[in-house]
Amino acid sequence: MSTGIQESETEADTEEQDTAAEESAAQRQRMETKRQRAAERDLQEKAEEELDDSENAVELKVFRYDPEVEGKEEPRFDTFHVPFFKGMTVLDALIYARDHFDSSLTFRHSCRQAICGSDALFINGRQRLGCKTQMVDLDWPVRIEPLPHQDVVKDLVVDMEHFYDQMESVEPYFDPEETPKKSDLEEQRQDRENREKIKMSTRCIWCGACMSSCNIAAGDNEYLGPAAINKAYRFAMDEREGENMKQHRLNIIEQEHGVWRCQTQFSCTEVCPKDIPLTEHIQELKREAVKNNLKFW
Amino acid sequence: MSQSYDRGTVEDFGRWKEFSAGMWAWIFHKFTGWVLVGYLFTHIAVLSTATQGATTYTQTIRGLEALAIVRVLEVGLLAVAVFHILNGVRLLFVDLGVGLEAQDKSFYASLVLSGAIVVASVPTFVSGAF
Repeated sequence: MSTGIQESETEADTEEQDTAAEESAAQRQRMETKRQRAAERDLQEKAEEELDDSENAVELKVFRYDPEVEGKEEPRFDTFHVPFFKGMTVLDALIYARDHFDSSLTFRHSCRQAICGSDALFINGRQRLGCKTQMVDLDWPVRIEPLPHQDVVKDLVVDMEHFYDQMESVEPYFDPEETPKKSDLEEQRQDRENREKIKMSTRCIWCGACMSSCNIAAGDNEYLGPAAINKAYRFAMDEREGENMKQHRLNIIEQEHGVWRCQTQFSCTEVCPKDIPLTEHIQELKREAVKNNLKFW
Repeated sequence: MSQSYDRGTVEDFGRWKEFSAGMWAWIFHKFTGWVLVGYLFTHIAVLSTATQGATTYTQTIRGLEALAIVRVLEVGLLAVAVFHILNGVRLLFVDLGVGLEAQDKSFYASLVLSGAIVVASVPTFVSGAF
């Protein structure tokens, strides 16, 4: 199970030495910790029972690293045995391991339905969403690591700041030149064909899996990366924004570290949990950029 | 990204078993490209013997072709060139945005096709050398 260092109980000890007036409070505190510890023990026992009962136990090998705790600064792998149930996802297993075995196991997760984009992880050598990856689809033991090419903050949590910077640098917001008159039409309508065209590109959940899988983005920190270019595509191809805005967007993506860095390895398209054809979008923007600059006179 | 500690084999070439088709296509394309660039230099070196006169050139060619290793290298050169051409065509289609969902299949097809062409060429290249 956990190789975590036992937390010292100094906090509880000092409270015991407090004045008699506060004794009842300290007593309550002690009882509370005791109850908590008992509950934890129960959970552990229950986990072990569940492990015995279940026919299958998944073996997780989880990357652990905590630069702030002495004795944990060295990256290592912890092994967890988690009872398997039908329909179990990698995120389910991680949550089970955290709740029953080691509460210090850290990872991001929120909606558990592949919408929030928090739990992109490097699972069995590939960027996947923990909540969207079924245990049965993987080879066991399952190896879970933080996303490659991003700094690890703790355990499975990576620093997403650079990714967000790149996303924001393409101005990922709808910015039309002219809005329809209020009396005339309150909505800014888009025709069906145009909507179909940008449909897939709107599905990005900012999980960062593509950026992490991209070989070029790994070597070139200034490269916008697949997700940001896909965002640019989403707005550049939106006809409602108008011609000048499209020019502005093309100017951003055809810079030296824009679309031309893409070498069509298809890694991003391969790993995208929302099945966005990223490479296709990047290629289309390349063609747009060429058409934009070609002059025959 | 810069890393403040060693992530081990997480991000290095030791993970080659996990590479996907598109990645392999990229690696092979780079590799064959550099081999072809290198070959161009030897090609120019051999051709430039023709400036010394027709006999020198003929002798150089005959001397080289008599060596078994040169025959084997020629098969290798053909393999590299054929793959680079076929994958180049594949990349052309990728650039045109045609058949991107079949990019892995077209990579395998170019591999198989270049393999077949190379195997078929072996008798021609090595005849009389061994």
